[in-house]
Amino acid sequence: MSQYYTSVDHFVLVPAILLALFGCAVLLFDFLLFPEPRQRKYLVWFVALGLVFTGGALWRQQHFLSVQKIDSITAFGGTLTIDGFALFFNWIFLAASLIVALISYKYLETAGEHQGEIYGLILLANCGMFFLAAGTDLITLFIGLELMALCFYVMVGFLRGDRRSNEAAVKYLLLGAFSSGFLVYGFSVLYGLSGSTKLAAIRMALESRGASDPLVILALVTVSVGLLFKISAVPFHMWAPDAYEGAPTTVTAYLAAGSKAASFAFLMRMFMGPLAPSRELWEPLLAVVAVASMTVGNFAAITQSNVKRLLAYSSISHAGYILLGLIAGNDTGVQGVLVYVLVYVFMTMGAFLVVAALRRKEMLGEDLEDMAGLVHKSPGYAFLMLIFLLSLAGIPPTAGFIGKYFIFLSLIQTGHYVLAVIATLYVAVAIYYYFRIVRSMFISPLTDRAPAATSLGLKLALAVTGLMTLLIGIYPEPFLSLAQNSLLR
Amino acid sequence: MPEGYLPIFIYLICAILFPIVLLGLAKLVRPSLPGQVKSEAYECGIQAASNARGRYTVRFYIIAILFVIFDVETIFLYPWAVRHQKLGWFGVAEVTVFLLILIVGYIWAYRKGALEWV
Repeated sequence: MSQYYTSVDHFVLVPAILLALFGCAVLLFDFLLFPEPRQRKYLVWFVALGLVFTGGALWRQQHFLSVQKIDSITAFGGTLTIDGFALFFNWIFLAASLIVALISYKYLETAGEHQGEIYGLILLANCGMFFLAAGTDLITLFIGLELMALCFYVMVGFLRGDRRSNEAAVKYLLLGAFSSGFLVYGFSVLYGLSGSTKLAAIRMALESRGASDPLVILALVTVSVGLLFKISAVPFHMWAPDAYEGAPTTVTAYLAAGSKAASFAFLMRMFMGPLAPSRELWEPLLAVVAVASMTVGNFAAITQSNVKRLLAYSSISHAGYILLGLIAGNDTGVQGVLVYVLVYVFMTMGAFLVVAALRRKEMLGEDLEDMAGLVHKSPGYAFLMLIFLLSLAGIPPTAGFIGKYFIFLSLIQTGHYVLAVIATLYVAVAIYYYFRIVRSMFISPLTDRAPAATSLGLKLALAVTGLMTLLIGIYPEPFLSLAQNSLLR
Repeated sequence: MPEGYLPIFIYLICAILFPIVLLGLAKLVRPSLPGQVKSEAYECGIQAASNARGRYTVRFYIIAILFVIFDVETIFLYPWAVRHQKLGWFGVAEVTVFLLILIVGYIWAYRKGALEWV
């Protein structure tokens, strides 16, 4: 170790090193060890091994924090910070990556595009997410964001023979690059204002400048545009339904869960950190965006006949709900955001997994009619989907209720009564369109008798997501206290 | 607000107005005689053979990407070479890691047939 790379730096960076190492190794193993196409499913075990090692490294960091009774470890002169917040999100990313890796081989095999690269991309995207949750420097954060986004552009277009997949990838790439441009422009203004890329230094500089400085407003608006695009909040949501629909369903699950969770980690770091002094400016701005997201997301979902598009619009409305926690801004609100993201990852991935299971060679299985009478054909899938949909709608005793409860509680505590009422009313709209799927599954007659896909990975992934969705709803205490210890202050 | 930008602003206005005024004046003075030869893209160049927006093979794109990657790699080696004495073995290790990552990409591209032209 040298002065440029101390043992503390190494300790903080180990999870990212492991993810990058395994990501590169998987790319090579694909043709060095498993040249036969049907051997590629063994790569899943390498991914799982890599994620387990990464989990071990994260566990050591968590253990170190709790034993030493410190809030955070800072490395590389303040560019990376491991705190409860970073660890909380990294656990979510690991779970999402593992679930996607488990289900991808069956789905891609059915779709006829089972290439080994998907596993490398999953791990490298996860590496980018690590930097998004742990980064406290504009450049580190931006590189993390681009590492994640580049992997996602490729994964969205993974079905090379499918026009929709190509279209989705190009749309996502162009709009993603455009929004990254906004974000970097905002970063350059922030750097110009403060003379530093470190979030803490920028915060101090902005505090001394005052909130109404026009340059601060310029930085705030451009950074917000970039961030809100990544979480697909209205009015920057147009890419989401197309990208979600065209991407392979397993990638859609990863996009909706992993990418969105990572972007929320990034958003929280920015808004609770350097942009916190200008809270009076962004609070009404985000309130408008949140209400617009809930409105557009919920009402556009009503008319969708494609389940993936429906879930895409529902994910837009969930982004609105999560933003409400940030708007409330007290400890309950931030805790609500963390819990909601955790819950959201499991229930959304679960819902997409069931859609992925319906995919067959000759049929996409994405339409509402394809789900007709699912309960007669595969009751297990139908009841799991019911749990996920109840949770997405926010009905107790599922996990979605806990997430919404904390968001609403924080809104009431901070006196945002109007927002609380609007958010509650939209739950009723959401129930309507989620129950269109339920009606199709349970009441409509069975039209298509061919059995749905099963595989060990799919069963495992569905068991984990279903169990977590119920567990967080019925026994939330451990998750709540974990979120309580992960607050960003 | 930032100050001292007034001269630049005036300069910008002049720069925008100058070509507009000149082109406007020229339009008033010159005779207008459009013809087929005159409206071609390159009046005095080689005859246009076909539309420039034709489709060409995606291999050019892959080769271009590979070129950019290794081009950037050599550029990144320069600052290390300049600071080599000061960085010592740490610098060597760092550059090795950097090169290894790119070599993995190169092996991958080679084995996937990105360099085979036909």
